[in-house]
Amino acid sequence: MSKAKENRAPVSQQSHKIEKPADPNSIGANITIEINEKKVSVPLGTTILDACRQNQVHIPTLCHHEDLCIAGVCRVCAVEVEGMRTLQAACAFPITAQMKIKTSTERVRKARRHIIDLLLSEHHGECYACVRNRNCELRNLAAEYGVDGFTFGHREKKMHEIDRSSYSVLRDMDKCVLCRRCVRTCIDLQEVGVLEAIGRGNQTRISTFMDKPLSEVICINCGQCINRCPTGALFTNDPSDDIWRAIDDPTKHVVIQTAPSPRAAICEEFGMEAGTSLTQELNTALRRIGFDKVFDTNYTADLTIMEEGTELLLRLKKALVDKDPDVKLPQFTSCSPGWVKFIEHFYPDCLDYLSTAKSPQQMFGALTKTFYAQEYNIDPKDIVTVAVMPCSAKKFECNRPEMTSSGYKDVDYGLTTRELATMIKEAGIFLPEMPKTGFDDPFGEASGAGLIFGATGGVMEAALRTAYEIVTGREVPFENLNITPCRGFEGIKQASVKLEGCVPDWSFLEGAELKFVVAHGTANARAVMEMFKRGELNDVQFIEIMGCPGGCIGGGGQPIPTSPEIRQKRAEAIYAEDESLPLRKSHENPHVKYLYEKFLPEGPCGHKSHELLHTHYTKRGSFIV
Amino acid sequence: MEIGIEKTARRGFVLFTDYAQGSAIKKAIEVGRENVLFEVRDSKLKGRGGAGFPTSTKWMITAAATAEKKYIVCNADEGEPGTFKDRVLLLEYPSIVFDGMVIAGYTIGAEYGILYLRAEYTYMYTALLDYLDNMRKNNLLGKDIQGKAGFNFDIEIRLGSGAYVCGEETALIESLEGQRGEPRNRPPYPVNTGYMGFPTVVNNVETLASIPHIVLKGGEWFRNHGTDKSTGSKLFSVSGDCDRPGVYELPWGISIRELLDIVGAQNTKAVQVGGASGVCIPKSQFHRKLAYEDAATGGSIMVFNESRDMLKVLHNFMDFFVEESCGQCTPCRVGNERLLEGVEKLINGNFTFSFIRNLKELGYTMQAASKCGLGQSSPNAFLSILENFSDEIYQSKGGSHV
Amino acid sequence: MLVYEKNELVSEIESLTIKHGDTRDALIPILQEMQAKYHGISDFAQQEIARRLSIHPVEVYSVISFYSFLSAKTLGRNVVRLCKTISCDLAGKNDIVNAIERELGIKFGETTKDKRITLEYTNCLGMCDQGPAMMVNERVYGKLTPEKAVAIINEIK
Repeated sequence: MSKAKENRAPVSQQSHKIEKPADPNSIGANITIEINEKKVSVPLGTTILDACRQNQVHIPTLCHHEDLCIAGVCRVCAVEVEGMRTLQAACAFPITAQMKIKTSTERVRKARRHIIDLLLSEHHGECYACVRNRNCELRNLAAEYGVDGFTFGHREKKMHEIDRSSYSVLRDMDKCVLCRRCVRTCIDLQEVGVLEAIGRGNQTRISTFMDKPLSEVICINCGQCINRCPTGALFTNDPSDDIWRAIDDPTKHVVIQTAPSPRAAICEEFGMEAGTSLTQELNTALRRIGFDKVFDTNYTADLTIMEEGTELLLRLKKALVDKDPDVKLPQFTSCSPGWVKFIEHFYPDCLDYLSTAKSPQQMFGALTKTFYAQEYNIDPKDIVTVAVMPCSAKKFECNRPEMTSSGYKDVDYGLTTRELATMIKEAGIFLPEMPKTGFDDPFGEASGAGLIFGATGGVMEAALRTAYEIVTGREVPFENLNITPCRGFEGIKQASVKLEGCVPDWSFLEGAELKFVVAHGTANARAVMEMFKRGELNDVQFIEIMGCPGGCIGGGGQPIPTSPEIRQKRAEAIYAEDESLPLRKSHENPHVKYLYEKFLPEGPCGHKSHELLHTHYTKRGSFIV
Repeated sequence: MEIGIEKTARRGFVLFTDYAQGSAIKKAIEVGRENVLFEVRDSKLKGRGGAGFPTSTKWMITAAATAEKKYIVCNADEGEPGTFKDRVLLLEYPSIVFDGMVIAGYTIGAEYGILYLRAEYTYMYTALLDYLDNMRKNNLLGKDIQGKAGFNFDIEIRLGSGAYVCGEETALIESLEGQRGEPRNRPPYPVNTGYMGFPTVVNNVETLASIPHIVLKGGEWFRNHGTDKSTGSKLFSVSGDCDRPGVYELPWGISIRELLDIVGAQNTKAVQVGGASGVCIPKSQFHRKLAYEDAATGGSIMVFNESRDMLKVLHNFMDFFVEESCGQCTPCRVGNERLLEGVEKLINGNFTFSFIRNLKELGYTMQAASKCGLGQSSPNAFLSILENFSDEIYQSKGGSHV
Repeated sequence: MLVYEKNELVSEIESLTIKHGDTRDALIPILQEMQAKYHGISDFAQQEIARRLSIHPVEVYSVISFYSFLSAKTLGRNVVRLCKTISCDLAGKNDIVNAIERELGIKFGETTKDKRITLEYTNCLGMCDQGPAMMVNERVYGKLTPEKAVAIINEIK
């Protein structure tokens, strides 16, 4: 698929390649235009939309999304440009010459109103019973333009069955407004290629290959399409009714684990600015809802580091000491279920390079129904495990047939940040008001290393903090343990650490340079895999891949909307929380040490941990039957 | 060219005249590209597809561009209902079309020409390929054409696959690139960023067919035909209720009534000028002139006599647009469907005047806010038929429902 | 689909990519030749084409579904496309429809049981001066009468 990128995306749906001047202060770099009779200066090539936004002129949009290329299909952003016969789409019009723009003439207002009316005429909106009730962009537009009736009619009957085939992503095409954000997300942003516009004219629809159900095509369940859908046409498979039932059932012992990314983002569901972690408030709320125990997924993130880090060191030892020619290096991380399904579909021959360590969610489930059940003397059949995740693919992951190493379904339900917020509201709780409480034992204490799993580069940083110290006996040589080369939203990051002064056990690594690569979003993952297949990554030992842009904080189960800015704030919240914790390294987690002493005496990657904490993968391939 | 289709080129004084193959190419090489460009500009030739953009402007922008490759695309995706002039040109006068392409290539510095032939005209494909082969043999295509060192140009024929919207130039380019034929955002325009990102001139068959005669006889000669703003001749594809349907070459500026007399139309109630995307003109306006400045048309003239029900005609047109819209932008995809529903309501007599008024307003929005020419022109028939035939429509369909 | 059928498709598509290239702009010419030869582009063929051109299968399906002369379903060996646009409509298209439907015992949009003929409507064929008109595979017939249309259809093998 290496050629895919250059050949594929329709030019009509790409942004214009207007070359912006290198020096923004050079002559001709800026251009003076008039917006609503006010003179403003903008850089050459700026779109009308951006120019207006920079000058506090609001233009409504629907098909436009900051993460995606320009489409110009909904036409809601129509504006008048003096001298042009027709209205222009502000989102798609680059300013290359002097022009006079009017954004609120009678013609513009009427056109926008008409377009909204037209969209509503095709939209089977049951707004009061829609998951996107509170943050539907179509609904907001209708309110903004004072739509108070269905001028051009309204679709009363459902025309399409909801596609409920997937464990993760559901599609209700009656609510689709054909903005094609999901198409641009699936094909351009993630390069998965499941959703496309099918048909022509009034038969146009968004669909899959041969209109098959989502479970039968190569969907990786990343849910990025959901995050960018303006309406309720795409949504997650919500298990909250089953969870309520379990909570209400006195014979069930319901435990919940919370991942760091939902904790850093759930504030947005309660009207707060992005970037406030409500970890401890959430603990209280979950107890009030009725969960019997509230655990911290970061605990098994620490455990993942122990297992995955040990696995890496063992592979290195095999390669360097035993000179085993078959050892699979570099080792790829396996925490992100979207990425795992991606590699199973598109690079099935490379599965041996994936770490066999389960994701923190699944390690958690396996331990809850074994170690925890044993320690607290609870019959595992009565335990219901719920995982709060930023992720829609986690729902698919917990339903994988191999995820039953406890003898039961290890994790019963994957719950997204959005779904949990609804449960909290349903329970009559306003989250930000909650008093702060801690997590429950035995999975209550976790390190900052486990916490930063939420952002791209986090797993790498956590692993380095531990691996470096195991090998050299010293802390990683970065100020305050902040391994900055791992951080940031650059698509593909490469860096290295030199191992010097190794302890005797690891002396074979003396002087070696540990090279690593970090990528996020499956488009970047694809690029990394192509580099790998071309042999460009032969000297790299460890590669971290997260399926979603920005890592888990940008996951498909996170609050809507999403944008680079919002993801940045969530990441900052996570890094700040890490720095505030006394415990920053996974191997120093006393509860993890206790687990190994008490339950997994052979240590990381021992026999029992292989049974409980490691998994295998399926060569799915990309052929659709 | 023998295909088994009746020849219907009728009358003519520019395109439908004798032409010696290659003569204009030789002349063009002799006078040089600047002079060709000057003559084309002097002729005031405008795009014959219907939009009427000055041909020389397109050519000058592309000629001035510096690019590794340039393309000249001949748009033979003639899909407008009631238009068949390209069929006649390609079947009966291919020499002027292809010579026009060669001259265009010479003038703008393009080495590649593409004829985008609509799928419905596949029957011409083999014959046209033979024709091009013949041109190669005569050194009218290929390397160093007619001995002019460095003048290389060749033509490839690409077939469409049955989509009206591909007649829109950016949709056509998308289709050539292997995509759905969905129009692009403009700017950038094809003359800057066209096929494969290279500067591309997309010209209608008839536009290119005019070029050899302009080169041979001069821009001034061409300009002396027609009106000030609509120079030269125009091919009118005439169909419907008349005795002699076919393609007529007539000077721009001829009145509708004159044309009706020529084609032998009696008891005419209405004339649809410009195909489904054009306007419907009632008897009271038959004095109007066919020209860019009055009743503009890509050449489609459909004649309806007194026995025809204008609502049924309109229903057919709207049905066409609902199917042929590319489905990309809201005003066109949904708007046409709503207009069709409106027509059905009118036919059933199940409408309110306020609803029809809303639909008319919607029509204006579609004209203004659609992404491409298809959506911008699709409400024309709706608006003009409702405007010009309201008596007929409301009388027969009972104003009593108001 | 049988293995030898798949193998045949694979080698056919390979030779088409040699002929037209393996870039995206080769997609439509390849699809057109596949359509002509196999009367439809099966999901296996679509995926093989996608693999060859390094694009997603859904993009191939998307393109096929856009153009009315391409089809993901297998049509009959011969496709009859009757023009339904206004000039042909006024010239008596409906009489032709009735005659053909009665003769073949199928409706427009359907295929005969023996896969001999698929009937479809199409928009303007560019034969407005000679309507009603229809297209049989690549050939176009104008000035149809019900009798003439049926005679043409009965001659199709």
